[in-house]
Amino acid sequence: MTKKGQQAGSLSRRSLLGGAAAIGTTAALKSAGALEANPANLPPNVSEWTPYLGAGVDANPYGVPSEFESHVVRRSVEWLTASTESSVNFTPLQDLEGFVTPNGLCFERHHGGVPEVNPVDYRLMINGLVDRELIFTLDDLKRFPQTNRFHFLECAANGGMEWRGAQLNGCQYTFGMVHNVQYTGVKLSDICREVGVKPDASWVMAEGGDSAGMNRSIPIEKILDDCMIAYAMNGEALRPEQGYPARLVVPGWEGNMWVKWIRRLEFGDMPYMAREETSKYTDLMADGKARMFTWVMDAKSVVTSPCPEKALMGKGTQLLRGLAWSGRGKIDRVDVSLDGGKNWQTAELHGPVLDKCLTRFTLPFEWNGEELLIQSRAMDETGYVQPTIGELQKVRGVNSIYHNNAIATWQVHADGSVDNVRLG
Amino acid sequence: MLDLGNMMMKPALSTAKAIMGGSLLALVLTSPTLASDRPFNLGKIATAEEVAGWDIDVRPDGKGAPVGAGNAIDGEEVYVELCAGCHGDFGEAVDNWPVLVGGADTLDSHDPVKTTGSYWPYASTMYDYIYRAMPFGEAQSLSYDETYQIVAFLLYMNDIIEDDFELSNENIGLIEMPNRDGFMLPDPRPDAQPVSGEPCMTNCAVSTTIIGRARDIDVTPEEES
Ligand code: HEC
Repeated sequence: MTKKGQQAGSLSRRSLLGGAAAIGTTAALKSAGALEANPANLPPNVSEWTPYLGAGVDANPYGVPSEFESHVVRRSVEWLTASTESSVNFTPLQDLEGFVTPNGLCFERHHGGVPEVNPVDYRLMINGLVDRELIFTLDDLKRFPQTNRFHFLECAANGGMEWRGAQLNGCQYTFGMVHNVQYTGVKLSDICREVGVKPDASWVMAEGGDSAGMNRSIPIEKILDDCMIAYAMNGEALRPEQGYPARLVVPGWEGNMWVKWIRRLEFGDMPYMAREETSKYTDLMADGKARMFTWVMDAKSVVTSPCPEKALMGKGTQLLRGLAWSGRGKIDRVDVSLDGGKNWQTAELHGPVLDKCLTRFTLPFEWNGEELLIQSRAMDETGYVQPTIGELQKVRGVNSIYHNNAIATWQVHADGSVDNVRLG
Repeated sequence: MLDLGNMMMKPALSTAKAIMGGSLLALVLTSPTLASDRPFNLGKIATAEEVAGWDIDVRPDGKGAPVGAGNAIDGEEVYVELCAGCHGDFGEAVDNWPVLVGGADTLDSHDPVKTTGSYWPYASTMYDYIYRAMPFGEAQSLSYDETYQIVAFLLYMNDIIEDDFELSNENIGLIEMPNRDGFMLPDPRPDAQPVSGEPCMTNCAVSTTIIGRARDIDVTPEEES
């Protein structure tokens, strides 16, 4: 993502927008009950949908969500990027339950738009330091032994807007560059056996067939460990915007490496230093030096309700919901604070808790109209603790764009509305 | 001369150890069955011609660079015709499109300007990327010579080569980029961890003063009602 542009953009945008209402207000109003119940549909009356026949089968051969869920969509921030083909949108985490992201809601990030690939014309080429340079059809890939795994995919720039302060007033815009689906596909270790990897091969360059020709270098140990070529997500073929008909899966590592519409894997003996691992996806520190090859997504969590889009609807019993994940393994524990980090309680994790996979947590609490400062803090099985933004800034400065896995703070006001705020 | 192969192997090996103790790697790479057997008999052998058509990458050491050459004087014309509409006549960028030139000595400032000149560590990456992805929406349409010309033009604009320097497959791996040593390996994370290892649970000494609000910044898209 071009965060330089974003931050510059945010400044000019500030003056442009003037006093316009932000999404927080509108969304809060909507969920706070702008749609009043119709008494005619409530007991003891017979509801209007009861006496008549409803729609028959095949009204929607491919089912769609209820019309009352039409607000549950991916959203983008128009001023972030110069064109929609090189842009990003965000998963509506605040509206989801469990840990599976529905396919149509998985955030999109493209560098040259979504190509239309006819699966009959699809080919995966393997070349370089291998015994046999081979070309596979999609049908070939589907004949290999199969593997099925749930994994999160997070863009390294998720939360990148928030390095310098609270900028975007929404869970979706600040955490929504993550999704979690079940992938079905072929282990790359099986493909490696088929082509015969030469002993001096230490890096693999993955390349997409899109107009960006997206290319990234991946160390061969990772390729052999748990990478796969996926041809299905959540039980159906990949969606076009997620790489149809085949994409790379690089569990726990930054989303940019999960090359979509993958057309080629080249085995070599040094990294390729592609644009996406030099110009982009390197983390600039305060001293002007940049970290390179920062692949792992560190542990992170977010409270998905309440949040700026999900106001509290009334006093009394509440159920706080959230998601946690780690590129280093399983989530071990999530703590939640309602007072800005002074005191913490451990939330309930809802299994299955899987490796490099979103984990759902909940925490019941009572609310009597007092102001809250809500935070969540994830820990993974390696003992890693999700840091505060202050702790991150101390080590990395504010220019690094990528890998912001800091704890966020949602301020709940007396009227139940919620704001993204920065503490310090 | 750059001793790239050697330098780049180091992070590779340390990653290998970190991820899997090196054992699986050793097993797979040295197993004799792997080199000879073809366990699934799937796929077809790629012909040299098929590979040549798709193998477009150029490595830092220049490997993969197709035979060709060009200089900045010729490059200016091609660049102005095909690139300047988005990136500006001088690489300064039009509107929100990426800046390609300038930014020297800004990387440690509050507003770093990362360009091919100020940030990119290898000239090979410019060839690789421009050929594969630019002009935006007309990928892989440039000729090899045009690509060398444009890369030479951008290198010249960034004060890295002279305008009559003939950039070619022979020397693209030898260009010394200003920020060549600006990158740190390996990844030092995990970082920013609590000193005690265990996070604080009660009466933690943290500031709960609100110092910023997204609502005040006011750049969040509005919801249509
Ligand atoms: C229609 C507008 C457009 C045109 C014309 C265009 N580009 Fe680009 N250029 C872009 C966009 C958009 C990106 C970023 C793409 C992405 O998101 O990955 C980009 C990225 C780049 C980058 C990488 C910048 C960085 O800092 O990582 C270079 C180098 C580049 N273009 C060179 C060229 C050259 C050379 C030409 C002419 C042959 C050209 N571009 C023509 C829009 C354009």
